[in-house]
Amino acid sequence: MGRIKTIARRTFLIGSAAIVGGAAFGIYQINKDAPNPLVAGDGEATLNPFVLITRHGVTLIAPRAEMGQGVQTTLAALAAEELDVAWEDITVLHGPPAQAYYNSVFLGMAIPGAHYKDTPFKHAMREQVGKVGKLLDLQATGGSTSMKDFYERMRHAGASAREALKLAAAERLGVPASDLQTENSNVIAPDGTTIAYGELAEALREITPPDVELRDPATWKYLGKSMPRVDMVGKVTGTAKFATDTRLDGMKFATVRMSPTRAGMDSYDDSAARDMDGVEAIVDLGDGIAVIASNTWLAMQAADAVDITWTPANYPADTDALRAAIAASLDEDADSMVRDDGDVTSAVEGTEIAAEYYVPWLAHATMEPMSATALFTGDKLEVWSGNQAPTMIRDACAKAVGLTPEQVTLHTTYLGGGFGRRGEMDFSVLAARIAAAMPGTPIRMIWSREEDMRRDFYRPAAIAQFRGVVQDGKAVLLDGKIAAPSVFHNSSLRQTGAAPPGPDRLHVEGAADQPYAIPHFRIAGHLTNIDVPIGFWRSVGASINGFMLDTFIDEMAHAAGTDPLQFRLDLARAEHAPSAGVIEAVGEMSGWTGQTPANIGRGVAFSFSFGTPVAQVVEVEDTGRGIRINKCWIAADLGTVLDPSIVEAQMTSGAIYGFSAAMQEEITFADGMVEQGNFYDYDAMRMHTVPEFEVRLLETNPFMGGAGEPGTPPSMPALGNALFDLTGTRARELPLIKTFDLIL
Amino acid sequence: MATRLTINGTAHDVDLPENVPLLWVLRDEIGLTGTKFGCGVAACGACTVHIDGEAVRSCQVALADVWGEVTTIEGLGTPDAMATIQQAWVDHQVAQCGYCQSGQIMNAAALLAQTPQPTDQDIDDAMQGNLCRCGTYPRIRAAIKDAAQRLAEET
Repeated sequence: MGRIKTIARRTFLIGSAAIVGGAAFGIYQINKDAPNPLVAGDGEATLNPFVLITRHGVTLIAPRAEMGQGVQTTLAALAAEELDVAWEDITVLHGPPAQAYYNSVFLGMAIPGAHYKDTPFKHAMREQVGKVGKLLDLQATGGSTSMKDFYERMRHAGASAREALKLAAAERLGVPASDLQTENSNVIAPDGTTIAYGELAEALREITPPDVELRDPATWKYLGKSMPRVDMVGKVTGTAKFATDTRLDGMKFATVRMSPTRAGMDSYDDSAARDMDGVEAIVDLGDGIAVIASNTWLAMQAADAVDITWTPANYPADTDALRAAIAASLDEDADSMVRDDGDVTSAVEGTEIAAEYYVPWLAHATMEPMSATALFTGDKLEVWSGNQAPTMIRDACAKAVGLTPEQVTLHTTYLGGGFGRRGEMDFSVLAARIAAAMPGTPIRMIWSREEDMRRDFYRPAAIAQFRGVVQDGKAVLLDGKIAAPSVFHNSSLRQTGAAPPGPDRLHVEGAADQPYAIPHFRIAGHLTNIDVPIGFWRSVGASINGFMLDTFIDEMAHAAGTDPLQFRLDLARAEHAPSAGVIEAVGEMSGWTGQTPANIGRGVAFSFSFGTPVAQVVEVEDTGRGIRINKCWIAADLGTVLDPSIVEAQMTSGAIYGFSAAMQEEITFADGMVEQGNFYDYDAMRMHTVPEFEVRLLETNPFMGGAGEPGTPPSMPALGNALFDLTGTRARELPLIKTFDLIL
Repeated sequence: MATRLTINGTAHDVDLPENVPLLWVLRDEIGLTGTKFGCGVAACGACTVHIDGEAVRSCQVALADVWGEVTTIEGLGTPDAMATIQQAWVDHQVAQCGYCQSGQIMNAAALLAQTPQPTDQDIDDAMQGNLCRCGTYPRIRAAIKDAAQRLAEET
């Protein structure tokens, strides 16, 4: 590791938190091959990447994007649990992009086989393969991986730091380290003498942090409890900094208009815009333009005044044509058949049903439109960006302005919503390119809402065809085909230039990997080869397949004459006990009887995603003035719940995100461009439409599950199933507002 | 010509065209970034501030039309001295991504000033213009009711 790089990283930390004098610790064993990005200067010591003790307190590096899911709080709690640091003494930073912060779970998720079937051996194999992520500098937040990723890493970092502090104190006091205790950021001697951690910062440079055993979970003080979020006070006082809140001396403000056809720009005429108030420069970006001005609004006014001719799109130009392309791929060869139990071609006795489903294109619509701030000074680039993939984004920004990654400093700020959108590199790279057009001037770029809506990487539309057979009240056959463009292929081509080999498992997640014992069960994935830019949208494939598969399961239950909750329970019980457990729990919580008054409907749904089985019951009411959702009960089994308040919030958040989409969201295309532009034509749930929630968290799952995404997949079918129960009408297309008179 | 505004009790002379919305005066000129841009068309409420105590969408109020004293989230309370309603937000751990919360809080503060003991219907009516993509609504509702209770006890 070059000296220049180490100085740059150190500067990052000092710049971020005004830390003077410190020592850093971590899991030396796991990270010994990954350079520690926290490099100390004179009079300081740094031993590894997660814990920094300074004269002023304890700083913990939580190197995952805080997009609302509470990740920084629970990552801090994991280290603090072992470190015996007082909660109010902790400062939490995201830290710089670094190999040491690689995601150790992502790659393991690609090992074949449904996750619910994992044995301890298979689970260990996933963990080993995940560590290869280190070699790829794969620092990324997504896939509901953060807690699985850091459950041991952060605790080891805290434990190792604690023991090093004891060794430093032992030397000073002349007593054996084994006689010392730690509590509330102090080392305590047998005679009651206390030494604050900060006082030991200098002495720590001489200490090699020891390896120690992790504490018994029965002794936990922070983990398993609802901790005050470290970002809460900042977020309720307007002092938390998002990328768009960056303020630098001499800063100018920019916005962009990029090709809504995603195919480029034929020509533009900026003569009307050039002389408008506040305009400093109009930058030709090749496939669009940027306006730099003295004020963001003036930049937006001028950008709107630029007359641009866009190159026609390379994909079918409207929603119907896109849908026809997806339908056509159902008749082509399957890309995957990762679930093929029994023989779906055999003649099976019973009642046969068949149905086809469609779900639309969706936007992420984060509250903060895409934004980033950048300063280019010729041989250096500094970028402030709320992002989910810092190492890749640092490298992409460097390449875009002709620098090396070592010349780029990337500050990952809070994200004003992510949901997968901020794993993309486009917005950070654009800020870097605009800044490069005005060297020495800091540029704060934010997109208009319309630009954000029309330049998204969408959740693709999809079509499924299912055929099922039920006999004696049970499912005996389910044969399904799912067609859509591939998120995995599309995003891999965009980000790495190559499509991954092998069958696309993400495409069929939420369907092929469900813990259902159906004797003849096949799911085929069909990939549609169209170039609409698509990306990861909260729960990805399961956001599609959760609705389509579970709705068909509901149809099968009705065809079988079996209570829909019992029908799912029968399917899950033989296959995966934690899944059966959440279905039973949600039945008990909701007082499920299968009977409702005439103006009330109830639906149940289940989905296993990101390692977590989630069952939901939704109750809807026909108020006479439209249908509203009264209540939603959620049962989830994450194995170990590290922070109940945060997990509860993620479960309700995931469901609300799903209800919003299921009720009313749809992206449509005309002339190769997205038609929606703002919240008046792409809206979401609001205060008056949100139901009451009740959440129960179970802990029987043998492996830790994710929290941020698993609440979304079952919400959409649970709502549709409840509407069927209320009205007798089965909606096989989303959004549901097309079929039902919902109160919006 | 400069326009004089009073923001959080401090006078500012603003040298910007008179049609620039208050939102962008606050964020880009004054440096009060707690007030957020979400939509630009009064459809999300992220930019809500008070003018003479009334909740307004600052993206829709031109600089020349600001008719009274402006209060932003920074003027409501600070991390060391939070307003009662902000403390309720902390106690109920409301925020997720947090981007909409300045607007939510400013809107709720105006509601409580007008209607000290709001019913669920009052909360629905007053708050439905404020969008939250994280779906923090259940906790916002709880925090508003709690703040109402505390404010009643304080007086």
